[in-house]
Amino acid sequence: MDFELNDDERSLQEGIRSFLTGRCTIDVVRANEETGGALDRALWQELGAVGVFSLRADGFGMTESVLAFEELGRSLVAGPLVASHLAATLMPAAANGSRIVGLIEPSEPVNVAEHLASLDDLIVARPEGLFVVDPAEVIGVHAERPLDALTPITAVSHLPQGELIADAATAHIWHRDGMVLTAALQLGLCLASIDLAKQYAMQREQFGRPIGSFQAVKHLLADMLTKAEVTRAAVYAAAVNIDGRGDSTDLMQTARMAKMLAGDSALFCGKTGIQVHGGMGFTWEVDAQRYWKRACVLDTHFGNSDEHAAAFSAAL
Amino acid sequence: MDLQFTDAENSFRLKLRDWLSSVIPQLPSEPHRNDWIGRREYDSMWQRMLFDAGFAGINWPREYGGLGATPTEHLIFLEETERARAPYVGQNFVGLLHAGPTLITEASAEQKAFHLPAILKGEHIWCQGFSEPGAGSDLASLSCRAIRDGDDYVINGQKIWTSFGHTADYCEMLVRTDTDVPKHRGITWLIVPMGLPGMDVRPLRTLEGSTEFCEVFFDEVRVPVANRVGDENDGWRVAMVTLSFERGTAFVSEMLQSMELARDLAQLAKRVTRSGVTAWDDAGLRRDIGRICAELDALWALTKRNISQAQRTGLVGPGGNVFKLAYAELRSRLGELAMHLLDRASLSIDDIGDLPTHAHVHGRIHALSLGIAAGTSQVQRNIVAERILGLPKER
Repeated sequence: MDFELNDDERSLQEGIRSFLTGRCTIDVVRANEETGGALDRALWQELGAVGVFSLRADGFGMTESVLAFEELGRSLVAGPLVASHLAATLMPAAANGSRIVGLIEPSEPVNVAEHLASLDDLIVARPEGLFVVDPAEVIGVHAERPLDALTPITAVSHLPQGELIADAATAHIWHRDGMVLTAALQLGLCLASIDLAKQYAMQREQFGRPIGSFQAVKHLLADMLTKAEVTRAAVYAAAVNIDGRGDSTDLMQTARMAKMLAGDSALFCGKTGIQVHGGMGFTWEVDAQRYWKRACVLDTHFGNSDEHAAAFSAAL
Repeated sequence: MDLQFTDAENSFRLKLRDWLSSVIPQLPSEPHRNDWIGRREYDSMWQRMLFDAGFAGINWPREYGGLGATPTEHLIFLEETERARAPYVGQNFVGLLHAGPTLITEASAEQKAFHLPAILKGEHIWCQGFSEPGAGSDLASLSCRAIRDGDDYVINGQKIWTSFGHTADYCEMLVRTDTDVPKHRGITWLIVPMGLPGMDVRPLRTLEGSTEFCEVFFDEVRVPVANRVGDENDGWRVAMVTLSFERGTAFVSEMLQSMELARDLAQLAKRVTRSGVTAWDDAGLRRDIGRICAELDALWALTKRNISQAQRTGLVGPGGNVFKLAYAELRSRLGELAMHLLDRASLSIDDIGDLPTHAHVHGRIHALSLGIAAGTSQVQRNIVAERILGLPKER
């Protein structure tokens, strides 16, 4: 056993990180808010060229994929990253980023589609199988103020049945893999929240000293890190299990563990990051809120943490 | 101990309820959330209506045109206005609850005669210029400088979190008048008319996209020395007087809203279905809602204790800090539970899919500010530990 990144895994992750820190700066992310969160096709194709969608179609595993998705989450990259990655094995155009493929899991009390206006294809994931739908045929009401300005949403009133492209077994695997990849994005959000809050705590002075020197603030940051590191272990374990190098045969349980931990941790780190920033954390200008809002969005993908906690106990 | 209202209190309630039921149905609809000029007119209209009916300045002494009501009557006022869905104090907040009470105890006769009636009638809107980018939790370290020049102070610097700075007529402002003394001793309280040459008011966008708050920049702004309240360098004490006006009623309206929202959430859970069963069928969720509703009821009881204490002693005491700490945490939990129940629908700030999304998502976002505004939860804990329990200060 050696449950630590090997050199190849490390260099793959560093490669993705260095691409994203050059191409997807926080300024690029913020500028996207001014265009209503419309996805940038050029960026999407570059992401495709870097391989974030095709990793597994190219022979890499879930392990490499979560390392890449952790970085995508850290950089707050918006859009149907997980959906396009999952679709890459079925649709070559999704793999290279030339088509933007979204996904919706019909939900109650309302069906909510994301990034509908930017999508080329929408996959409807139902328990009985995966169906592809022309996004233009989806009818619904566009929300004027989405919670996350980078995730435009539509309350769907009519969702076409679509054309069956994969069976129930594939849909089940997509749901499971979707959980783990989303959990990796959420892990990235935790890490970015911590970085930002730490920087602020070190530089912001009150009462003549950096606020990070006060125990009350230190403990907030220590709690964030603790949640993030437990989450990291859970996400990596779920990924390694899927790749057949794990310690559990119940891949759904490990996936649920990862998604539940990551959902709760990203929300916790998001809100605590805002708290560390004090009043400034409550402004639009400071990025702390962006991580929290994305955490709210991702918690609803592939089942929220409450759902996974319940499903986890049901399997005991 | 007695939680029942006296006959006098009950008759005050009925009188107010009668009046509210006669005027509320005739009110025009509320302006758009970011239409600050429209909202000023609306809030001022409501304040004028209260004034004409004899309900303005509920907590102000009678000699200054107020009602001189007890904290319990103030509680009743807030309960009834909330029950009737009456407008909130809105842009009159700073004038009625901060600047006004401060002027009442600290201002000169002339200042009082000019400002107090205008606040009561809703004619003058006030904003607050206390916080600065570098002075938040450590407010006394504020550095916005005022230098005496003849009959004027000349102000340079910046203020932040100035609610309604773009519509206000006056600003209650703390400025640094002496840099050579300990920080609390070099601060002065000024009445600053808005719109003076050299002042620049810029909206500050909150994470919800609201522009209620402003940043105000001062470049050689001249304010007459006659606008000073209290002595030069005695502003910290003057500002603290404002705090002593808090009667435990600050969170009454929103407590009532939260209690209603939590009960609404139970009803929502009964009609939201998940995989063929209602959310209410989930024992875990029922427990969470039960816990939150019961804890809110307990905080409501604490609110009444705090108000009673203020009624007896004139001060809220430790219960105020305890309340704020507990409420900020509880309100967050309520918001998080609601977001989880709404699930995908919680991704819109406005109502979608015939669901009461706005109340819950806006409430969740508001809860984020509760642990920050008016003393962060970290500062509150230090106050509880050091001032109430008497533990030694952190080095």
